[in-house]
Amino acid sequence: MKSLKPLSLTLLLAATGYSYFPAAATVEDQEGEKTGGDTTVYATGRNAFSFPAANLTDVERTRFVIGNSFFKRNWVEAPSSTKARDGLGPHFIARSCGGCHVTDGRGEPPKAGEQPVSLLIRLSVPGVGAHGGVIPEPTYGDQFNNAAVQKVKPEGRVVITHTEVKGAFADGTAYTLKKPYYSFADLGYGPMAKDVMVSPRVAPQIIGVGLLEAIAEADILDNARQQAATGGAIKGVPNRVWDAPSGQMMLGRFGWKANVATVAHQTAGAFNGDIGITSRVFPDEACTAAQKDCLAAPRGAQGKAPEIDDKILGDVVFYQATLAPAARRNVDDPQVRLGKSLFHAARCATCHRPSYVTTASPNPQFSSPALNGQRIHPYTDLLLHDMGEGLADGRPDGQASGRQWKTPPLWGVGLIHDVNSHRRLLHDGRADGVLEAILWHGGEAEVSRNKVLNMSKPERDALVKFVESL
Amino acid sequence: MNAHSLNLNTASMKKLILALALTSAITLQPLQPALAAEAGSGPVLNHYANLVYANYEDTLNTALALQKAIDSFLASPSADTQKAAQQAWRAARESYGQTEAFRFYGGPIDDDNGPEGRINAWPMDESFVDSVEGNPNAGLVNDRSFAITKESLSGQNERGGEENIATGYHAIEFFLWGQDFNDNGPGNRSFTDFVDGKAPNADRRREYLKVVTELLIDDLTYLTKAWRPGSKLNYRARFVEGDQDSLRKMFVALGSLSRGELAGERLEVALNSQDQEDEHSCFSDNTHRDAVLNATGIENVWLGRYKRADGSVLQGPSLKDLVAAKDAALADRTSKQIATSVANAQAIQAPFDREIIGGKDAPGRLRIQATVGSLVQQSKDLVAAANAIGITKLTLVQP
Repeated sequence: MKSLKPLSLTLLLAATGYSYFPAAATVEDQEGEKTGGDTTVYATGRNAFSFPAANLTDVERTRFVIGNSFFKRNWVEAPSSTKARDGLGPHFIARSCGGCHVTDGRGEPPKAGEQPVSLLIRLSVPGVGAHGGVIPEPTYGDQFNNAAVQKVKPEGRVVITHTEVKGAFADGTAYTLKKPYYSFADLGYGPMAKDVMVSPRVAPQIIGVGLLEAIAEADILDNARQQAATGGAIKGVPNRVWDAPSGQMMLGRFGWKANVATVAHQTAGAFNGDIGITSRVFPDEACTAAQKDCLAAPRGAQGKAPEIDDKILGDVVFYQATLAPAARRNVDDPQVRLGKSLFHAARCATCHRPSYVTTASPNPQFSSPALNGQRIHPYTDLLLHDMGEGLADGRPDGQASGRQWKTPPLWGVGLIHDVNSHRRLLHDGRADGVLEAILWHGGEAEVSRNKVLNMSKPERDALVKFVESL
Repeated sequence: MNAHSLNLNTASMKKLILALALTSAITLQPLQPALAAEAGSGPVLNHYANLVYANYEDTLNTALALQKAIDSFLASPSADTQKAAQQAWRAARESYGQTEAFRFYGGPIDDDNGPEGRINAWPMDESFVDSVEGNPNAGLVNDRSFAITKESLSGQNERGGEENIATGYHAIEFFLWGQDFNDNGPGNRSFTDFVDGKAPNADRRREYLKVVTELLIDDLTYLTKAWRPGSKLNYRARFVEGDQDSLRKMFVALGSLSRGELAGERLEVALNSQDQEDEHSCFSDNTHRDAVLNATGIENVWLGRYKRADGSVLQGPSLKDLVAAKDAALADRTSKQIATSVANAQAIQAPFDREIIGGKDAPGRLRIQATVGSLVQQSKDLVAAANAIGITKLTLVQP
């Protein structure tokens, strides 16, 4: 009976036109359960995304803990008796990083009747701004802040409605997806520009971001070259974006449109945009000229210095960069192994590239040498792809078009439910679970989605189980 | 389809064969290290469960005494009744602090429904709950549209972030002591904050303190039940049958409290920021006791020994015994390191918010640093000890 298994896999792969990758067995042997090489932690449950890389030194662990405390603790309104965390707002979405990245995990759309916290809405108007970036909406800026300190108006409320998208698998099984639409109510500063473009973005789990930063740029560009040279629709392209901390254009790796190059920029940007905390990198509060109350509100640090200093900001960046990917589960489960071969057969792995060996971090001051030279399995090419009209937000971002999204890493996807008690996926959390996320894939991924539509129920289950083993 | 089901059948069979192979290996080779641990796990787990139960029972009883003192204080607020409530709070913390050695493995205290965040979350965002210096109208107390009930407070706790702490020991502490602006002692909130006509919303402050204390009692009652002997359905019943898996949980708890929580969150963060806000029990200046009690809680589990609130001592089979059977020197070294941590923590002086201030060689900082150093070493010893009884792939350090 033992010999039947490889045989069955071979048959299956032949039947689905599998040819891109070498024998599944080779891939399996390399991968195992150590998702992040020596950084991997063996963790499940609510804190599965909250551990430091397993190979950090004691001194680095101390820095991790300090960064964590500033990541998860609330900032408070200025002026306050708290000197270390003074300066929330004037406009904000959350009071701490952990408010959206709850236990370092993934956000979700708001429940009915509530305002979003871990789902933010980006705003801009057509045109190209500084460094090839967006032009912010003139009155509300480049994101919508639905909370504010006392005596300052919130920017308003986000209103989300849905329509149903119905379809069926080849075996006749019907499915229904919910497509969200976004609008605004109770606007605090009058109407938005008529041509405003709106893009919802949910907070992703932040494990392994230091490792993603340590993937050689050449490897990512090579993904694009290989895809361009291969037949078919998949043609990923890199984003190039302004990195404020280093003051240069760089390859985008983070954010749903790869519109951020480094963990440092992402962190300083989120402190500024989401919590209202200024730093040396982003010294001005995100108040537009029309928002007089916002401009007049008290500043933290008596307005004499950035509200977060370089040292603490650096510790928060280090904390995130060294958050470890958790080990895979059920690696040897036959259903998972079948799912893995189906994943490759459906060419999911072309964009969700399984593996890299990391190099030295481009930002060693915010990272650890322990992350260098690791064989990691993030399952992403970090490139932008046209994902079709169904997912399109119609809002360009850097070199990303209104139909393009960055391939998100898949590591940790199977632990989101452990950590955050939900299974919401995609840029705005519209998909409930892995299968729904696949069904939303269009554009360059149309062929892969169609392969999944043609799978039998046991095959679909195996595919999902494999992705959830990551 | 056929190929698929064949695969699954192969797998089930493989699993079965593997399981059989493992079982026979264990039966046939009784001298394997893993097996000796297995033989000893039953009594160790049972005694651990007894110890956990005793500690939670003491915690519930001291909290009930606290509730009584708070009821007296609220019935007739005075400096004396306030002081009695403060003393009862300190006494209650003596039991609770030791139970933190039962966290970090998704047991009753901190599984998906676990009440840990309601019981002991910190640091407080004071202005989320009540008036603060410079903002007399702040907080839920002063928001008369907010109905103060156990459900509503529980709903507010940790809402919109890991903070916004609305409930638990530290909320009660904030009501009993107030903000600490005093360099040489704790906060000195006046009892008049609870007297109608002397402070705005005194009625709501009384109501809040009463309700938040009731919620604490509910949560501690829940934990006590989860560990009560004699039930076939509670967590304890499953835990004592858990063999190596339960032993692993015990080690995860001890190591995580040692390194990530106590050494990291509670000591190193405060050393780094030199900010009172990073002090665990900042209103009462009781943080020095928190450190000692956490360190003692770890020692309790390791040695299988617990001194109850009434002074009697519970003693029985322990992790240390299991490890000593494999590697006596390692067990001994671990015991000594854990004892050193307790002693170092006891040397930390109150108030903690002064102890953390100063340059590298400030005596207070050196005392805290010595405690951190010992805890870090003990977390490594605990990993080695776990390995010695066949428990590997341990991830100990919790944020």
